[in-house]
Amino acid sequence: MRYAMAIDTKKCVGCSDCVVACQTENNVPIGYCRDWISETVDGTYPNVSIELRSERCNHCDNAPCVRCCPTGASHFEDGGIVLVTHHKCIGCGACIQSCPYEARYSHPDGYVDKCTFCIHRVRKGEDPACVSVCPTNCMYFGDLDDPNSEIVNVLKNRKFKTLAPEAGTSPQIFYLV
Amino acid sequence: MKTRRDFIKISALGLGATAAAGGAAKWVFGDPVGDLMAGAGDESPELKTFPTYCEVCFWKCAGWAYVNEQGGIQKITGNLDDPQCNGRLCPRGTGGVGMFSDPDRLKTPLMRVIKNGEQTYREATWDEALNFIAGKMKEIKAKTGPESMALFFHGSSGNHFSHLMKAYGTPNLAAPSFAQCRGPRDVGFEATFGESVSSPEVTDIRDTKCLVLIGSHIGENMHNGQVQEMSEAIDNGAVIITVDPRLSTAASKSKFWLPIKPSTDLALLLSWIHVLIYENIYNEDYVSKYAEGFEQLKEHVRNFTPEWAYPITTLKPHEIRATAREMAAAAPAVIIHPGRHAAWYGDDVQRTRAIAILNALLGSWGNRGGLFFKEGIKIPEFPHPEYPQPAWSYHELNNGRFPLANEAVTNSVIESSIPADGKEAKIKGWIVTGTNLIASVPLKEQLNKAMQSLELLVVVDTMPMEITGYADVVLPECTYLERYDDIRATAHREPTLALRMPAVEPQYQTKPAWWIAKELGVRLGLGDYFNYKDYTEVLDWQLKQVGSSLDEMKRIGVKKTTRNTSPYIEPGTLHSFKTASGKIQLYSHELAAAGFDAMPVYTPHPEPQEGYYRLIYGRAPMHTFSRTANNRNLVALMPENALWINPQVAALWGFKKGQYIWLKNQDGVVSKFPIKVRLTERIRWDSVYIVHGFGHHHKPLTFAYGRGVNDTELITNVMLDPVMGGTGMRGNFVTFLTKDPGKEAEA
Repeated sequence: MRYAMAIDTKKCVGCSDCVVACQTENNVPIGYCRDWISETVDGTYPNVSIELRSERCNHCDNAPCVRCCPTGASHFEDGGIVLVTHHKCIGCGACIQSCPYEARYSHPDGYVDKCTFCIHRVRKGEDPACVSVCPTNCMYFGDLDDPNSEIVNVLKNRKFKTLAPEAGTSPQIFYLV
Repeated sequence: MKTRRDFIKISALGLGATAAAGGAAKWVFGDPVGDLMAGAGDESPELKTFPTYCEVCFWKCAGWAYVNEQGGIQKITGNLDDPQCNGRLCPRGTGGVGMFSDPDRLKTPLMRVIKNGEQTYREATWDEALNFIAGKMKEIKAKTGPESMALFFHGSSGNHFSHLMKAYGTPNLAAPSFAQCRGPRDVGFEATFGESVSSPEVTDIRDTKCLVLIGSHIGENMHNGQVQEMSEAIDNGAVIITVDPRLSTAASKSKFWLPIKPSTDLALLLSWIHVLIYENIYNEDYVSKYAEGFEQLKEHVRNFTPEWAYPITTLKPHEIRATAREMAAAAPAVIIHPGRHAAWYGDDVQRTRAIAILNALLGSWGNRGGLFFKEGIKIPEFPHPEYPQPAWSYHELNNGRFPLANEAVTNSVIESSIPADGKEAKIKGWIVTGTNLIASVPLKEQLNKAMQSLELLVVVDTMPMEITGYADVVLPECTYLERYDDIRATAHREPTLALRMPAVEPQYQTKPAWWIAKELGVRLGLGDYFNYKDYTEVLDWQLKQVGSSLDEMKRIGVKKTTRNTSPYIEPGTLHSFKTASGKIQLYSHELAAAGFDAMPVYTPHPEPQEGYYRLIYGRAPMHTFSRTANNRNLVALMPENALWINPQVAALWGFKKGQYIWLKNQDGVVSKFPIKVRLTERIRWDSVYIVHGFGHHHKPLTFAYGRGVNDTELITNVMLDPVMGGTGMRGNFVTFLTKDPGKEAEA
């Protein structure tokens, strides 16, 4: 089992619904976020193009945050989901420094927090909150090891990229372009 | 300066006491993820759910409010059975929790009093406040008739107060959504097809092959169903053509982006009509069956070639031809989108007429992928005595202007509240509910004069919006998550009903609009119109008339029924449109008879002087009007608006990214607050863009205060649409000030 996400940049309108839904689903304190929107603008007027992306922890196969964690708080769960065990976390911030995606933040309660792929929902067979709320339906979540999953299907049929591939982290969020 | 109605900052009153009276204000989150100890945190507590439909915007998506153990709203999700959202709320709907938990909410009735020679508010009981209002309304009725009361409204609370005001006897029920927003579009489509495109619009975006957006920025305006369907259309390979001086999100997803020179849209539309007709690629069969006035139209657009439009619009002739051909190739599965906020340049009925005519030439209304015929369920009115017949209609307030206005015109009501030429004002009192007039209508001076002249100004709101500072009485309404409202009966592709019920009890001393209207009604001697103890009686009775019940709706939230009629013209049948002749009016006899152009004519509009830029404004997906600028869940996504400016222009001015500047318009009006510069290649050189709804100047909005610029304060040039009174607001130009103008004045 290998959980992953594919996000269609051709459909994303950057509305940030994924961000609010994550916040109310996971009690992310206001002023912090586990996911966010990035906009890249290319070209000059009038030959301009933009790409909108919903970004979050990439749940990397080769996760520098897990490797550098001194207490084992950052760890892999089943399906390759990278999690932080809050009570084991000493808030040293090494993982925040090591993450090429700036996906982690220091929670005011003293631990480091980030996207969990909504593991509590996924274990009940639901999609992560961000995926289930997206008005443009531009996000696909599923198991890469399941050849019949929707995510495998879209990745087979569409061109995609990952962010910062040069970091060698083997990220598991794929952007359809 | 002392005025009759000083602007009172509600914060100055030490609302601490009131806050305490509310008690349950403390906001506690649940912890569905637990500590994620060893990743075993999948034990989320069961949350109670209640059906609702959203009130953060007018789309009214149905959803479920989740109440946590502490009695707070944990989250809101969409109702899967609702075709308006398909289980997916937009960011504002998801963030609706922030409306409920806003620490700055109105908490108790307030009444204007004079204390130590200063006007201020004091907390009042509901009895005191309502008795006072009823007393004043009786006085006004006795002196000048019930017609001299007016209602300004938006959203669900408007229904309850409209009922009250009709029972009281006034015809003057004005919604800014008409003259400031969709009115020109609706009138333009009515003059052409005999009916408007409704809300939610009857656009069949899901199945379209070609979607043309003219200044309409779906994706930034989160009209949920349309955003969802545009995404489906993208999946299906539909061609999108976007006309916008700015590379909007929709433009970025379009095959063609036409960065038109602002104010010249009508020239482009006419040249598209020209191409369709003179290249003979219009839908001849449809036009001959359903339209009238084709020959006149053909003659009318003879000279409106793409070459004619080129120097006007700055769009190249081959692009105009190519896009017209794309539309023709997709016809009839093509939508020239009618837009929504259409009050731009004062000739907006004519512009939307041109849009309607294009749709007609392509045969889109009545065909799959174009515009469909809606069907809905009619909810019968709860029995009440007949409304009294007002002595005069809202048309009287238009002074012979705006003959096709089929709703009251806000700006005429405002104007009629000011005594002029030694004559008494026609309008003496206002109830304002669900709309912050200070941000929603332009022409602040006129608005101010009107508010100073009134004998009674009552404001009903959930938040201390600017307009509350002018009220004699402020009535705190509870949010949509704490109340029953009317059944949402949507006429669209599928007929649906949706229920809104309280997920939690009204907080503080707040009350639902139905209760406020009823209590006022009773005090006005209109109790017969409110023949129920609780609104659940009304809802249950109404639902039973249409084969459902309140119990059923509490369980399911949304009920869909099957259609009795086809959404499209059935092959072999002849459809009759809702015009007088049953035919689509390419040439409008109605407009001609009223003294207007029977077919749209392009007129040039003023352009900015050297050093000035056209101020265009629009929406951001996480905000609605000015009402969400204090919502903590949503401001986390966008705390203030920014000034979009082309980097080349910024370089001329020496602006750096993120710098704050002030805006000054053509009439010398300077923005109250500075705005952050956003350098972007996504906009033309001659225009700047800001998102509407920021720049609040009311301190009780503790977060929103002072953040960004309010576009409507800079809209002092208003071009009235002579057909229906729309306030064209895009003819304003701004220049930039880099130093605080307030400080400069002091020095």
